[in-house]
Amino acid sequence: MYILGIDIGSITSKAVLLNKDNEIESEEIIFTGYSSEKAGEGLLSKILDNTNIKREEIVKVVSTGYGRKSISFADRAVSEIICHAVGAYFMDPAIRTVIDIGGQDSKVISIGEDGKVGNFVMNDKCSAGTGRFLEVMARALELDLSSFGELSLKGKSPPNISSICTVFAESEVISLISKGEKRENIISGIHRSVAQRIYAMLKKNGYREPVAITGGVARNIGVVKAIEEISNISLLVPEKPQLNGAIGAAIIGIRSKNFT
Amino acid sequence: MSKIDKKEIPESVLKMKKIMKSYYFKAKFAKLFRRKIAWITSGGPVEPLIAMGIIPVYPENHGAMIGAAKMGNELCQKADEMGYSSDLCSYARADIVCSYTGGGPIGGLPSPDMLICCNNICGTVLKWYEIQARRYRVPLFIFDTPFVHTNYTEEARYYLENQVSEYIDFLEKVTGRKASMKKMQKVGSLSVEAMKLWQKILNTAVNRPSPMTAFDAFFYLALIVTLRGTKVVVDFYKFLLEELTEKVEDNIGAIPDERYRLLWDNLPIWYKMRWLSNKFKEHNASLVADTYTTAWCDTLEFIDENNFIQTLGDAYSQIYLNIGVDKMADKIIRMIDKYQIDGVVMHSNRSCKPYSFGQLDIQKIIYEKRRIPTLLIEADMTDGRKFSDEQVGSRIDFFMEVLKERKGILL
Repeated sequence: MYILGIDIGSITSKAVLLNKDNEIESEEIIFTGYSSEKAGEGLLSKILDNTNIKREEIVKVVSTGYGRKSISFADRAVSEIICHAVGAYFMDPAIRTVIDIGGQDSKVISIGEDGKVGNFVMNDKCSAGTGRFLEVMARALELDLSSFGELSLKGKSPPNISSICTVFAESEVISLISKGEKRENIISGIHRSVAQRIYAMLKKNGYREPVAITGGVARNIGVVKAIEEISNISLLVPEKPQLNGAIGAAIIGIRSKNFT
Repeated sequence: MSKIDKKEIPESVLKMKKIMKSYYFKAKFAKLFRRKIAWITSGGPVEPLIAMGIIPVYPENHGAMIGAAKMGNELCQKADEMGYSSDLCSYARADIVCSYTGGGPIGGLPSPDMLICCNNICGTVLKWYEIQARRYRVPLFIFDTPFVHTNYTEEARYYLENQVSEYIDFLEKVTGRKASMKKMQKVGSLSVEAMKLWQKILNTAVNRPSPMTAFDAFFYLALIVTLRGTKVVVDFYKFLLEELTEKVEDNIGAIPDERYRLLWDNLPIWYKMRWLSNKFKEHNASLVADTYTTAWCDTLEFIDENNFIQTLGDAYSQIYLNIGVDKMADKIIRMIDKYQIDGVVMHSNRSCKPYSFGQLDIQKIIYEKRRIPTLLIEADMTDGRKFSDEQVGSRIDFFMEVLKERKGILL
């Protein structure tokens, strides 16, 4: 008997298959593309292929993420706020705060001792401080986003880049490029800009340590280091931060009363 | 579908619409009735005006009407074109534009003979009213209320006593008539009676299920804002109180299946009232209390009913928006306990800075003291261009899920 957690994000979609001992049997990450429904179906068939288990052995499917309601084969849809909290609490029940930086939004969630969500905040109307922001910057710099982390660590004197608006920040980056500023410094500045935004959200929501960081952006060591530097908090990064939401969804599936 | 819609429009709603219509009719044709018109800020001391037969008109109530009629975007766009920053208060922007264009749901407000600006609600009103004083070339009186950070001092009391007498002098000068203290006292008593009734009306929401929501209160509020000090308000609120009491006795809730009780903070988002009301209803959540409409009755403790004019300044300077954050938080905590609140919804209002500045601190205080979560919605009361359906909708869904989880319903 298995439980499937599916997280349909704005850029990537993730799936985690848990067995009834809460162990990960299989996992998958794909690009969401234009259809959340198709992404969900794609994840399901990949998971089935990976494991050779039959569809009917998956007794519960819980979806989350912005496309959660498009998954017709899901038994229930739960918001990513709850799923990230449950995922992080499952990873380490001591965690009191989660920073999740996804493709189109970032959030700070506080978790009580009982594992329940206290307050949460999300980024406001601007995409500054999200994965999308970093994508826009990578395009301006003609670099692959995956190289951002390592490169930024070489940046010695990061310039100030607006943390208020993605469009303004992009033009700042373009003008820095034309002034001949080193790429690693610019990337380092970009990460500081994201980190400032996240730190403001941490302060806004209030935080207690330990603080974990999840979502695709947590794979970027430059962003993690920048947040640590600005906030003076050492962050816990799960082994697979991108899967945290899907893990939380699957755990919720396990906890559901009618799971047998 | 709930059973509240359409054919069950409460009689009070129809009555109130009639009263408001007649009020605006009288104001529009004040010259025919040989009455003078004063424009006054929503938190301003209106009683002396009523006592002297001056018709008070409220640009802020006009702003609310503009918002509810969904005309805010167009007027705010026009204000942008006139050179006003879109960071300014949208009531001010919409009102100024209407003055120049005769736009808005009632073709602009009737021209004022004088302007009464009380800065107990914000600083923007000073500049707003100065602009209008220049526009209409009429005298402006500024009723200055020092901010009450912690305690209301003797110096403040003395200062406000003087403000009240200067205010009355001003009115006597503009009208050319002597003020009657007896009349002032009579109007004051009616005003206090209306405030007491308004508090009782809001109190009906302590019942489970609550017979009214904040969305109803936002509607019924217009009377105590515009006509307090007159008998018509007292009569109407008595009627409304009866209607609500009957609902309580019959166990009829404002929403069909009330499971969560929420508190609203800040001004309504006028152009999204129905949308928000339905959104919360979908989640079985009733907004049973709010800080906004409570502001029109929570200074009762400072008023000496028998010495109304003497304590007028004390009351008007200690309204919700003119006190420190700790005092605001105390009031909210008391409301949370009184109305048995599960969660707080704060409207971070682009327009209203004094209302929105302290919200994050208050949110933290609430969480520390009562472990109750808060949702912060970023919007604007009248300028719909600052509202995003998708963002606000998904945040409400998330928030309601958190409340469900806390009640053990989700997992």
